[in-house]
Amino acid sequence: MAYSEKVLDHYEHPRNVGKMDNSADNVGTGMVGAPACGDVMRLQIQVSEEGVIEDAKFKTYGCGSAIASSSLLTEWVKGKTLEEAQQIKNSQIAEELALPPVKVHCSVLAEDAIKAAVSDYHEKQKSTDS
Amino acid sequence: MKHNAAFECTGTILNSFKDRFLDTDQLLEQVMKLPIYMDYSATTPVDPRVAEKMCSFLTPDGMFGNPASRSHKFGWDADDAVEEARRQVADLINANPKEIVWTSGATESNNLAIKGAAHFYSKRGKHLITCKTEHKAVLDTCRQLERDGFEVTYLDPEPNGLVNLQTLESAIRDDTILVSIMHVNNEIGVIQDITAIGELTRARKILFHVDAAQSAGKVPIDLETMKVDLLSMSAHKIYGPKGIGALYVRRKPRVRLEAQIHGGGHERGMRSGTLPSHQIVGIGEAFRIAKVEMAQENERLTTLRNRLWDGLKDMEEVYLNGDEEQRVAGNLNISFAYVEGESLIMALKDIAVSSGSACTSASLEPSYVLRALGREDELAHSSIRFSIGRFTTAEEIDYVINLVCEQVNRLRDLSPLWDMFKDGVDLKSVQWAAH
Repeated sequence: MAYSEKVLDHYEHPRNVGKMDNSADNVGTGMVGAPACGDVMRLQIQVSEEGVIEDAKFKTYGCGSAIASSSLLTEWVKGKTLEEAQQIKNSQIAEELALPPVKVHCSVLAEDAIKAAVSDYHEKQKSTDS
Repeated sequence: MKHNAAFECTGTILNSFKDRFLDTDQLLEQVMKLPIYMDYSATTPVDPRVAEKMCSFLTPDGMFGNPASRSHKFGWDADDAVEEARRQVADLINANPKEIVWTSGATESNNLAIKGAAHFYSKRGKHLITCKTEHKAVLDTCRQLERDGFEVTYLDPEPNGLVNLQTLESAIRDDTILVSIMHVNNEIGVIQDITAIGELTRARKILFHVDAAQSAGKVPIDLETMKVDLLSMSAHKIYGPKGIGALYVRRKPRVRLEAQIHGGGHERGMRSGTLPSHQIVGIGEAFRIAKVEMAQENERLTTLRNRLWDGLKDMEEVYLNGDEEQRVAGNLNISFAYVEGESLIMALKDIAVSSGSACTSASLEPSYVLRALGREDELAHSSIRFSIGRFTTAEEIDYVINLVCEQVNRLRDLSPLWDMFKDGVDLKSVQWAAH
């Protein structure tokens, strides 16, 4: 299968690879996918007191398109408010990377990842408030 | 005589090319040609000696006749060549030339053997036995027979990929008519104990079919001693052309088949269709060479394969799939845990290999062969098949070792599963959100 240049670029030079301290109050973690399905994405966001995503890190086990989708996602969420980040749609990722139909699930996974990370952050805030 | 001279001339030119090629071998090794081909189990290039022979059966100055033409020299010459090839194929497996039926390849051979025998002997019984790790050409043929009212038992192999004889024995029923087990597995390269299975089936008067697409010319086959009734072969896995294969059909005790392709009654009625004489001399020459060179070539390939395995096995969490000993010389199937197969193949774009995990469908199915061995999902999704052959060099092996080590490490640095493994998390204890 031929990959688009953007997929190849993200695959060969992934942005924002890494791991944040999961126990920190200002870090939200989203882990989606399953080894059985062949892809697992972990997205972490560091959120400022104003609710802006200051930093994002990812690691992904999966095909080139899955790695590219999550790499692109980290670029997009940085500087966005939590509200804005949740508005990111898988179709936008698929379009930007020119994913073929069989790889659209990779972009779905990326959308799930940011949603999971934001909700994890909210959960943490709730428990620290109480 | 005129065309003979022309043929000799072509031969001389080819030989001089070969000489020059050998002179520049050293140079070629220094500037390695990329990508490196390591997918010999998928197909092989045609050996130049085979190609040369095939060419002389195509053009006006060659023996282009229809082997079925009985009334002139063109037909007789082609028929002689076809019969010589039949002897060459029979010689490789120690059979009688009359037991060889030409087909378009191993897929057709498997179809003819399994459907042909099942339908012919259906009054005797309607039960077949095969194994879950067979090639799709066998499994899908069995599925078709199920739709035709047959019953099929699909055996689970042992974790090393081999069929357990007791498991096979206990699956045999009074109405079992055929057992189909492959000789060498296309994905993991394990060699089944065909001799032992043949003893088991013959004692119960059950037909035994063997898919030998990956073994003919690579593993010794002696049908005088092996009690095999039907054996499928292919040319393009052993440096012959694509589009030609053969089916061995035993004469003593006689095995009958119902034809699947009807027409002019070629091949004693078992497979009609004009014989592709250039393809047939191709398989003949390829099998002749294989018989002469097999032992030496296997020794060389085993050395190269061990060199590859030795270069990779010391990385952490690397697993060999399939039995280490009972394995064809050219195959190495390895799981690099916590790295997904397709992304690894993408990283290895300078080498041509294949992955069991084909993440090209929405279902993301990992290799059904590795699943049948009971491999965990993350290992089944992480496998790469390296298959080497006649034109593989030690320099290529060393290049591949370096590239694979580098890229596996790179992808592991990207893998959350590798992080978890390093942190001592048991992946089985994690609640995954399947999608």
